[in-house]
Amino acid sequence: MYVRNMENAITVSGLHKSFGRTHALNGLDLQVAVGEVHGFLGPNGAGKSTTIRVLLGLLKADSGTATLLGGDPWKDATTLHRRLAYVPGDVTLWPGLSGGEVIDLLGRLRGGLDPQRRKDLLERFDLDPRKKGRTYSKGNRQKVALVAALASDVELLILDEPTSGLDPLMEGVFRECIEDEKRRGRTVLLSSHILAEVEALCDRVSIIRNGQTVESGTLEQLRHLTRTSIVAELATPIGTIPGVHNLAIDGAKVRFEVDTEKIDDALKHLSHAGVRSLVSHPPTIEELFMRHYQAEPDQTGAER
Amino acid sequence: MTGAWNLVRLILRRDRILLPIWVLLLGALPGTYATSFFELLPDDAARATFAATTASNPSVEAMLGPIYGSSIGAFTAQRVGFLYAIVGLVNLLTVIRHTRTEEDAGRRELVAATAISRHAPLTAVLAVTFAANLLLGLIAAAGLSKTGLPSSGSLLIGLTLAGTGWVFAAIGALVAQLTEGAGAARGLGIAVLGAAFLVKAAGDGAASSVSWASPLAWGQHSRPYEGDQWWVAALFVIVAAVIAVPAYRMAASRDVGAGMVPARLGPAEAAPRLSTPLALAWRLHRGLLAGWTAGFALAGLLFGGAAKAASDVLSSNKEMADLLAKLSGGSSVTDLYLAEIMGVSAIVAAAYGIQAALRMRAEETGLRMEPVLATSVGRIKWAAAHLVFAVLGPAVALAATGLASGLTYGLAVHDLSGQLPRVLGAAVVQLPAVLVLTGITVALFGLAPKLTSAAWGALAVCLFLGQLGALLQLSQGALDISPFTHVPKLPGGTVTATPLITLTAVAAAFLVVGLYAFRRRDVTTG
Repeated sequence: MYVRNMENAITVSGLHKSFGRTHALNGLDLQVAVGEVHGFLGPNGAGKSTTIRVLLGLLKADSGTATLLGGDPWKDATTLHRRLAYVPGDVTLWPGLSGGEVIDLLGRLRGGLDPQRRKDLLERFDLDPRKKGRTYSKGNRQKVALVAALASDVELLILDEPTSGLDPLMEGVFRECIEDEKRRGRTVLLSSHILAEVEALCDRVSIIRNGQTVESGTLEQLRHLTRTSIVAELATPIGTIPGVHNLAIDGAKVRFEVDTEKIDDALKHLSHAGVRSLVSHPPTIEELFMRHYQAEPDQTGAER
Repeated sequence: MTGAWNLVRLILRRDRILLPIWVLLLGALPGTYATSFFELLPDDAARATFAATTASNPSVEAMLGPIYGSSIGAFTAQRVGFLYAIVGLVNLLTVIRHTRTEEDAGRRELVAATAISRHAPLTAVLAVTFAANLLLGLIAAAGLSKTGLPSSGSLLIGLTLAGTGWVFAAIGALVAQLTEGAGAARGLGIAVLGAAFLVKAAGDGAASSVSWASPLAWGQHSRPYEGDQWWVAALFVIVAAVIAVPAYRMAASRDVGAGMVPARLGPAEAAPRLSTPLALAWRLHRGLLAGWTAGFALAGLLFGGAAKAASDVLSSNKEMADLLAKLSGGSSVTDLYLAEIMGVSAIVAAAYGIQAALRMRAEETGLRMEPVLATSVGRIKWAAAHLVFAVLGPAVALAATGLASGLTYGLAVHDLSGQLPRVLGAAVVQLPAVLVLTGITVALFGLAPKLTSAAWGALAVCLFLGQLGALLQLSQGALDISPFTHVPKLPGGTVTATPLITLTAVAAAFLVVGLYAFRRRDVTTG
């Protein structure tokens, strides 16, 4: 688990929230250090948006503690919100306001935005700010919210699945922008289920399921917890390899998965039989993700 | 018309609760009117008095419609007057709901991509409303005949109710094509209905044939039970068809999602003023404010102008003028008429107050509140910005109607400086009662957000008590539930401060409770 050696931008522990009989959060923990890009992973209904809404003071937690930028997200909402910008997963705009007006309004309500950066972002995202809210597509509405957030002068960005409506080209622009933010030292909480995005951008990730955190750490740490898959062709067939998983032997060809700490032993074993060819690939985040999700069927939890 | 039948079934499935409710309820009401008149006015003498006094009072004729005789049938036909407007409203909203709202939500696209003809969606909703109105009319006719009224007049009332529904369904279909967006379509449709109501009220109140310009007046001008004019029923069918034709043409020629009036581009940057929650609320409320204020001013001009004519009609009837003066404790007939108009204006202003306060809930469920609350805007500040319009908006609208009616009435009687302040005062004195309804909406928004629209139910109760409470001889205790019962009858009556202060305090208490609860509750989206 992650060791707290820096100041945290977000600290959540044992958070519970239920809506009627639905338990959206069941003791969720989350720690986001200042200056990091933190991936917040989970399937639909895992409780990502509920957590974010609690952090924004829009929902009141039933129990547990949450600290945001050193304050209480419920009590200190208005002062804290000056220091953060939020992009909701489902962006709706006022039908009669133009995109440019929404960007300026939200920026001003937060306490100002950088006009140069605004201009720059509009260009990069290829967004026409003169269109009225009702005429934008889903992706363009998301761009409006992203430009408003990224052009704001804030310490923390909370992004709830911000790329779900963007095309691959714009997703690339989004990644560049987040890299920029990282360089500026801003903290980013990025909720997503696009694994490639998280893998490319995030310093650390938390994986949640049914309202609980099931895994948290750097990608390296998480990879360490999982298995490498190996396919090898051997000079002489072998009977078994101790300490590996899902072993499949097909004549001289073997295929198995091995825990990170046992790779060395397994390779030694293989080399006794004479290795002709060997393909190994490290665990992808997909495997990490699937391992946690396929463990058991959903019991509770609904995304709000 | 491929696919129209399947769309009809879709509409019936979606409206399986709403549709039967309005068809049965509106269909059943005329019969109950007749029944209560038979009980209240058992003999010819009572009927003659009622016809000569209450029924031919210009303010009653303005609100309900003309009276053509002294039979129970004539009274019932007059009382049905209000229903024409309600049938019109229901049809308007139903057609827009199944046309423009569907387009806005993107569901029309889903349907249009299946094997259906271009005309099918409009055909389906018009077919459903056609049948529903016909059924409503037949239920009304059956209910009326059952009370013992002549069946031919009963059928005529039923058919004219249905016909009014058809005309406004066609108007709904037309405005849904003209505008871009369901909100704009509803606004335009309701403006047309409001104008039709005003023309009818102004015309009928002054016994003028001007009211023929309003489809809402045709039903009663067909003189049910008092020389049935059957050709009027045909008029409805012709006019509905004439309105539906351009709606069909536009529906077939325009793009899905577009209006005949295209949306313009907006500014690339916000004006410097657009930087507070209040400035945002102004942008969201200004159209509503302008529309309501204009409507109230127009109504004031018409009713103020008609007040003189109304009292002229009455003063020719010496007997009744004396009776009314006695009943009202010395108030003049015009004062009674104006007081009645202000009472109705207050109910309508309360509808505006509720509508403006409900914008908060619409912003919340539409996910447009969340991004604002995620900035440094506190909840109370956000709500207060909307409440400026929910509180001051009705005040502005009432002042507009007071000024306008004071102006036209003052000019008509050559006493502008004397009448203008009296009539303006009569309008503004309604405000505390109006704000109670705004307060109820805010309290619901804070305490039970999912039930916020129940505020309309509260207004319906007030409307019911005000319009029918006296007729049904309800107890004073029951009538006192409505805040409007406590408003001094102005002009002409006396003003006491206590009820006004109490009403203001009740409104303020509702507001405070609502805001307190809103600050402590979860933001809900469902």
